[in-house]
Amino acid sequence: MSGTYLGMPAFPQAAKAATRDTRLRANLRHATHTIRDKRARAVGELDDWAVLREAGKRIKDRTLRHLDTYLLQLEEHVTAAGGTVHWAADAAEANRIVADLVQATGETEVVKVKSMATQEIGLNEALAAEGITAYETDLAELIVQLGDDLPSHILVPAIHRNRGEIRDIFAEKMARWGRPAPEGLTDRPADLAEAARLHLREKFLRAKVGVSGANFMIAETGTLVVVESEGNGRMCLTLPETLISVVGIEKVLPTWQDLEVFLQLLPRSSTAERMNPYTTMWTGTSEGDGPRDFHLVLLDNGRTDTLADEVGRQVLRCIRCSACLNVCPVYERAGGHAYGSPYPGPIGAVLTPQLRGTTSAVDASLPFASSLCGACYEVCPVAIDIPEVLVHLREQVAGQPGHRAERAAMQAATWLFEHPAALAAAERAASATRALHPRRLPLGPAKAWTETRDLPQLPAESFRSWWQHHHTEPPTPPEPTS
Amino acid sequence: MRVALFATCVNDAVLPRAAIATVRLLERLGVRVDFPEQQSCCGQPQFNTGYRHLTEPLVRRMERVFDGYDHVVTPSGSCAAMVRDNYPRIGAKAQAEGRGDELARAAQAVTPRLLELTEFLVDVLGVTDVGAYFPHKVTYHPSCHGLRMLGLGTRPLGLLRAVKGLELAELPGAEECCGFGGTFAVKNPDVSAAMGADKIANARSTGAEVLCGADNSCLLHLQGMLRRQNSGRQDAPLRAVHLAEILAATETTPWSPA
Repeated sequence: MSGTYLGMPAFPQAAKAATRDTRLRANLRHATHTIRDKRARAVGELDDWAVLREAGKRIKDRTLRHLDTYLLQLEEHVTAAGGTVHWAADAAEANRIVADLVQATGETEVVKVKSMATQEIGLNEALAAEGITAYETDLAELIVQLGDDLPSHILVPAIHRNRGEIRDIFAEKMARWGRPAPEGLTDRPADLAEAARLHLREKFLRAKVGVSGANFMIAETGTLVVVESEGNGRMCLTLPETLISVVGIEKVLPTWQDLEVFLQLLPRSSTAERMNPYTTMWTGTSEGDGPRDFHLVLLDNGRTDTLADEVGRQVLRCIRCSACLNVCPVYERAGGHAYGSPYPGPIGAVLTPQLRGTTSAVDASLPFASSLCGACYEVCPVAIDIPEVLVHLREQVAGQPGHRAERAAMQAATWLFEHPAALAAAERAASATRALHPRRLPLGPAKAWTETRDLPQLPAESFRSWWQHHHTEPPTPPEPTS
Repeated sequence: MRVALFATCVNDAVLPRAAIATVRLLERLGVRVDFPEQQSCCGQPQFNTGYRHLTEPLVRRMERVFDGYDHVVTPSGSCAAMVRDNYPRIGAKAQAEGRGDELARAAQAVTPRLLELTEFLVDVLGVTDVGAYFPHKVTYHPSCHGLRMLGLGTRPLGLLRAVKGLELAELPGAEECCGFGGTFAVKNPDVSAAMGADKIANARSTGAEVLCGADNSCLLHLQGMLRRQNSGRQDAPLRAVHLAEILAATETTPWSPA
């Protein structure tokens, strides 16, 4: 079974190890810079990208404003098309619903399409506790599952692994899960893909139950949409007799026409493709074609609370493209695991604390896991102002217990800035004693600064002192007549 | 035209050379500059760390201190961005909290008049060649707030290209953050230092003697790392220098280190 995020340390501690792992740093640097450059080219091809981005933002905002209406419309149309809609308030309820549905089929195995929602609720672990084995069929998710590992990226969950590591995982672990890796497996990408294909094909052909998420749900028709690259999704969505889709409530779009915007925004932002290879759409069930039984589990799990926050709600526009991860200088150096959730990178730093709250050490540290450089906002295809939300969440965390010393320091700074005469006196005192100031300090924030950086040598006098004592007015120029 | 300098707290207390250079540069260009001495800090450290309410007195102070000036010029992209992007938010949030529109009006009064130095030079004065002389090889780091929040675009590079004697080297990965990020530098010191080390390695790869920026808070972090690295190095030291110091330097009053 895959690992767990429970008990993760705060971001700075987790990131410390990653910054010193030279192989991880090299893997991440190469991967993120490659996809970042490709994305820039794919986006640059479209003259109307800014307009598309604005349209995507507005469609999502309008939908979220009337979310209740569109969800009920969706339920009505899914039901009319032969599907069954379930409402899950939280992870436990969603997991219970899915486990009961699988048990009702009498099966003990399911095949899965890559899905962030089921990662978020820990579905695989919940099913395992009920004696049901969930097989991940996306190549990277398979690598993560076989390696008893955690995903570290939204789009490429095994981004932290290189092909040598993947070969070792396949050779060692495939046999335990099904068809073993071929003898003498090399680390050539084509050989690794073939090993995965052979291993997975048996599962696709045998499985009676498929589990997926969805990228979009169309309210006016009751249609679900999954976009993917490997074809494993198409297999899982069409071959099993029963299909169970767990989807966050924010994934609904009002109309087919809205989809036009997002099928342009998403592939170019995520895989840097003009169009993703496989787009599967289904509406309820069809006699003699595809699953006979279709269940849609609509997941809240903190989304309604997020929607209630006027600043924070913009994160519900997210279409999980991961462009923000690929441009983030902090993600590139800290790696995805430091974020302590299936949602790493800038979007994770604003989504996770809203979905889970900020009580655990890692969740409370996430809003601070950013230099606020704004690169994420610049590439976001639905214009989520991630820095704005980060600062908004910092305010919530700073209001929690445990920030007494920081608050006192900030209050002292504001007091000083409100008393320029005292500020000037403090500057004079600091300058007068500057020869005595050490370059390294042993405690707290000063230690954190001086471990890698010298403190600046303070000037002989402050600017305001220079202005008072040395600045001379230039001769008054003639006033312009206009 | 009444012009005030907003020196910023970092420049005032720690790195006054950039503020002095700004005064000298503007006066050389025929602009009379005031320094209202009741000014202090824009409140960015408090705001970005999550203490919005502690920035509110400073919003009011900024409005009061700079009332009556046509332009308020600051040699700091991030402080300019704090005022332009976040003051309206502070005002709007106070309104949403039922505390009236006094803060929103204060924010509105100061926000449109506050300009980053290169905006003032290029957009208001209409100059690109400021008559500077700086015979050194320079690479320019466009700090994030200037690059993305203010959208300074080609203004800083245009000004540098016009400097006599200056050889400009393109900085690889210029748009990437240097890792300062205010309290980020001490809350996430390992990631911050890793970002700073990469920025410095890119700057060194250009062979430049000077890493120029328009934001002294970023340069404080980079110069702190450089000073640590330079001790014990044999090759020519790289140093971080504010854009205003380069633009203020002339053949008769050349730039000098320290």
